[in-house]
Amino acid sequence: MAIEKKDVTAIARLAALSVEEEEIGQVAGKLNHILDVLQTMQSVETDGVEPMSHPLDQVQRLREDTVTETNQRDRYQRIAPAAEKGLYLVPQVIEQV
Amino acid sequence: MQDWEVVIGLEIHAQLTTQTKIFSGSSIAYGAEPNTQANLLDLGMPGQLPVLNKAVIPKAIRFGLAIGANIGRRSVFDRKNYFYPDLPKGYQTSQFSYPIVEDGGSLEIEVEGETRRIGITRAHLEEDAGKSIHDAFPGMTGVDLNRAGTPLLEIVSEPDMRSAQEAVAYARKMHELVQFLDICDGNMQEGSFRVDSNVSIHKPGTPFGTRAELKNINSFRFIEQAIEFEVARQIEILESGGEVVQETRLYDPERNETRSMREKEEANDYRYFPCPDLLPVVIEQADIEREAEAMPELPDAKRARYQQNWGLSEDDAQVLTASRAMSDYFETLVDLTGEAKKAANWLMGDLSKALNQAGLRIDQSPVTAKMLAGLMARVDDGTISGKMAKQVFSAMWDGEGHADEVIEAKGLKQITDEGAITEMVDQVLADHPDQVAAYQGGQEKMLGFFVGQVMKASKGQANPAQVNAVLKARLAQS
Repeated sequence: MAIEKKDVTAIARLAALSVEEEEIGQVAGKLNHILDVLQTMQSVETDGVEPMSHPLDQVQRLREDTVTETNQRDRYQRIAPAAEKGLYLVPQVIEQV
Repeated sequence: MQDWEVVIGLEIHAQLTTQTKIFSGSSIAYGAEPNTQANLLDLGMPGQLPVLNKAVIPKAIRFGLAIGANIGRRSVFDRKNYFYPDLPKGYQTSQFSYPIVEDGGSLEIEVEGETRRIGITRAHLEEDAGKSIHDAFPGMTGVDLNRAGTPLLEIVSEPDMRSAQEAVAYARKMHELVQFLDICDGNMQEGSFRVDSNVSIHKPGTPFGTRAELKNINSFRFIEQAIEFEVARQIEILESGGEVVQETRLYDPERNETRSMREKEEANDYRYFPCPDLLPVVIEQADIEREAEAMPELPDAKRARYQQNWGLSEDDAQVLTASRAMSDYFETLVDLTGEAKKAANWLMGDLSKALNQAGLRIDQSPVTAKMLAGLMARVDDGTISGKMAKQVFSAMWDGEGHADEVIEAKGLKQITDEGAITEMVDQVLADHPDQVAAYQGGQEKMLGFFVGQVMKASKGQANPAQVNAVLKARLAQS
């Protein structure tokens, strides 16, 4: 499967990345190179091998269900670009209703 | 023309009853000031690592066992990628390929006397997003991340329901189940239990139609109305030769209609992949056995027991198991008094009425089961009459103390002294010679009149059973 220009545009939109028109071809080439590497890996015999969901062969550590965090809102909001009435403010999102 | 068949599957988000978030030590208490319960991890700041809350695992196992599902012995967290300001990381941590509750589960529902079993595809753990506030700031959107990271169990059904009524029956049954399992408080107003409905129609024997998703409807009545509307809308489209578009639609209860959310194309490409910040969750056989042993009695079993052991009607058993809090209250009351029928009457009578009027849930009742048991004991030992008990109840409701204190303060003790009652009876009979003659002439219904007069003379405090007995004896003599 080769990546075409329109795939690059679609992926860029999903990732919220802006890719200049003249870069698209170049990016497609790079992505296809990665896919080529994966193609090589695909040829390895993996029947009977458990899929690995994490490179560390360990299981998840767990945390007690106890509140350990205190209210640091004022400190966090000091570094926010905009905050008012306790809310973080971001450019208007048009509600899709 | 062959009829359309309705096909419905539900996705239910049940908020798990924990103290803290699924991946951070922030509190999830409802109603806090915005962003006072959002730490660096919840804000999606770089360099922060999630650590899974221990409390969510036994709750998920308990749920899986209760519906008869296979438990995912090794479940994996994935990232579901999308952009929205109330999801600052750019992905929601969820489970995709390896959920904690696997297939095999189901729930039995009853609609119009018919029993059906609805399959449950899976249930997985995930985090909630924050809240966006759109109208408060010109040109800006406000974001409150207190809710971000709240632990959810998303329960996905098979497309097994065939009517709005079945969908609501399933949602109600699930609502009841998660509360009895003590894994979710079921509070729909606060968003602790949210239902998304996938609705499509087709002709039987043909493939399923394209579905529309109705999201975040927070009452059972609206779920039913929304589905009814949506089904009618799809039938109209298909019968006029159109096509149903796969989309999310919002239900507007004021207009009783669903409207398209006009989602951007490709909006549903979430590009799931395993979250590198979290390791697989491994569940041991011992963990499953522990939950199986601690499994509480479930609503269906409770209803059967109330009917068989305590002789209650099916309807009463239904009302008394309407919520975990209700059945807990009821069972405590029965334990304390040994009187299931009378306890049921109090609960479904005066207590329910008072709760409804005050808009309170039973676990918020100012009259606790212990207090009510104290009151029932005074009726039982004849200290007060049933009528006085109602008076004492409302005083207890108003915070005037326990039954004994109220009885004392109001001087409500029943007159049970035989001599005093006989005196009042004789006085009443002497005052009404015509009625006595009528009674003795065969008009036995006059007895009620005499009882009323004696009760009036005693200011309602005479024991009615005794009054009755004494009256009959005296009338027979004279």
